[in-house]
Amino acid sequence: MEQLIEKWTGSVHEVIIGATEAEGGSRQSTVKIGGEKTLPFLFPEGVIPNKPVIAYEIQDIPPQDWPAELTSQYKDVFNDPLAWAERCVAQFGAKLICVKLTGAHPDNGNKSADDEAKLVGRLLKRVTVPLIITGCGDDEKDNQVLPACCEAAKGERCLIGCAVQDNYKTITAAVSADGHSIIAESPIDINIAKQLNILISDMGLPLERIVINPTIGSLGYGLEYAYSIMERARLAALSGDKTVASPFICFVAQESWRAKEAKVSKTEFPDWGEEVERGVIWEALTATALMQSGGNLLVMRHPKAVKKVSSYIDSLFKIN
Amino acid sequence: MFIIGELINGMYSNIGKAIRDKDKAAIQKCALLQVEAGADALDVNCGPASKQPVGDIQWLVQTIQEVTDKALALDSSKPEVIESGLKVAKNPTIINSTTADEEKLKKLLPLAKKYNAKLIGLTISSNGIPQNKDQRLELAAQIVATCSEYGFNTEDLYLDPIVLPVNVAQAQMREILESIREFKIISDPSPKTIIGLSNVSQGTDTRPLINRTFLTMAQGYGLDAAILDPLDKELVDAAITADLILNKNIYCNSYLTAYRKK
Repeated sequence: MEQLIEKWTGSVHEVIIGATEAEGGSRQSTVKIGGEKTLPFLFPEGVIPNKPVIAYEIQDIPPQDWPAELTSQYKDVFNDPLAWAERCVAQFGAKLICVKLTGAHPDNGNKSADDEAKLVGRLLKRVTVPLIITGCGDDEKDNQVLPACCEAAKGERCLIGCAVQDNYKTITAAVSADGHSIIAESPIDINIAKQLNILISDMGLPLERIVINPTIGSLGYGLEYAYSIMERARLAALSGDKTVASPFICFVAQESWRAKEAKVSKTEFPDWGEEVERGVIWEALTATALMQSGGNLLVMRHPKAVKKVSSYIDSLFKIN
Repeated sequence: MFIIGELINGMYSNIGKAIRDKDKAAIQKCALLQVEAGADALDVNCGPASKQPVGDIQWLVQTIQEVTDKALALDSSKPEVIESGLKVAKNPTIINSTTADEEKLKKLLPLAKKYNAKLIGLTISSNGIPQNKDQRLELAAQIVATCSEYGFNTEDLYLDPIVLPVNVAQAQMREILESIREFKIISDPSPKTIIGLSNVSQGTDTRPLINRTFLTMAQGYGLDAAILDPLDKELVDAAITADLILNKNIYCNSYLTAYRKK
């Protein structure tokens, strides 16, 4: 019987995160995402040059809302983001660190742009893997903090975010000037994702330096909406629409660990089993589902969940 | 919508002059303007006044290739002119065009295969222009059958139903539109469909409006490609919008810009 193989004309842009010394940075390794010429894991239809990559999430201040199981992994380093990052790399083998500058938020301590830039500088000295740097979510504050961090990491080719439709100009200009790439975030909306990519590229930042954050929901909390948006964008990208051909970053952990199933205690729901296991499962399942719709970069927290997802990725790549 | 820009044609006085004077800059400017306006390919025609079309087409192809890698539709009724262009082409190529006549197909199909070119097939023959849908389908089927005899991929064939001016053949407009839809079901995989648009408004007072109305209607009938003036911004905007309505592109506020960025 004849095998019907889809012929795609387009491909996903390949984005490189991190720059080695020879490339003007100081990273000892870099990470490539995207570049595929077919749908996720459909190896017979086209080239998939890069595996999905997992970034470990850390924060600049101790997280307030992390459930007990998650906290138990990092409690002793919560007050020291540098040691936290180092643990992720040295102990868990992180290829990429995503530092969330939560503490810059006016309601969360209001750390200054200067303080955050210094932290980024120190982080770059402490670990040698590439960095993703995300702001606190307050537009006004992010417009001060992120440019300062871009400058502190000049030439290191970090991934900086998140730019949104109502606030992208300042971040794009800083990212562009200091040689980084940008995360373009849209609220589970393909039209806005496309529009934002055009607005950013109109400012002179090439489409090849944009990663889309489609905004995801975890398993049971709207995952399928994100899944279908990502799938639609990817089908258009493979058919030749370069304006939506960016790799996807999925903030898996921040959504998964908010799910009731991930955090309520066994005493409250005896039928649900140990909460020690549940959160890990929720994070791992959310990640694997999103990879199937094109997730290229997964931001995760629990080392056990990362391990499960990594071995899933490896096994899918090994078959082929 | 695959847009072939029609402006590099010796029939236009500025291009005719540029060919005579070997004025590269004028040709290259015309090529780039069309590409920036959204053309996916460029028609290349030496025009009726060219005394040495075999040499002129090579000069045109080489001149255009210096500034763009878009596909070139080599436009001539003489197979030797087309082959001359194919010989020097580095960009993807489209042969424009063959008729349904056996003699013409016999010459052009081997060329298309040899040079890996796509082929435009006009549903016209030495017996004249078809008068209705059935005659068009018959000629289309002849072209498709000959293509498969020669092992030429039908997906690389663009069938043209022959668009006639609305002011002389009003009754044929619906026949032409329906032909576009039915060409697609002649074979599997389907051939593609194409029209030379400008003819529809020949001799009328409202050419741009007739052009864009006919084009969007043809898109509704499944048209894949058109040879047109890409510098008519309202025309290209209408084509992009029709594609959007047919769900071929994802909407965003700047969808017109997005299309031209592709």
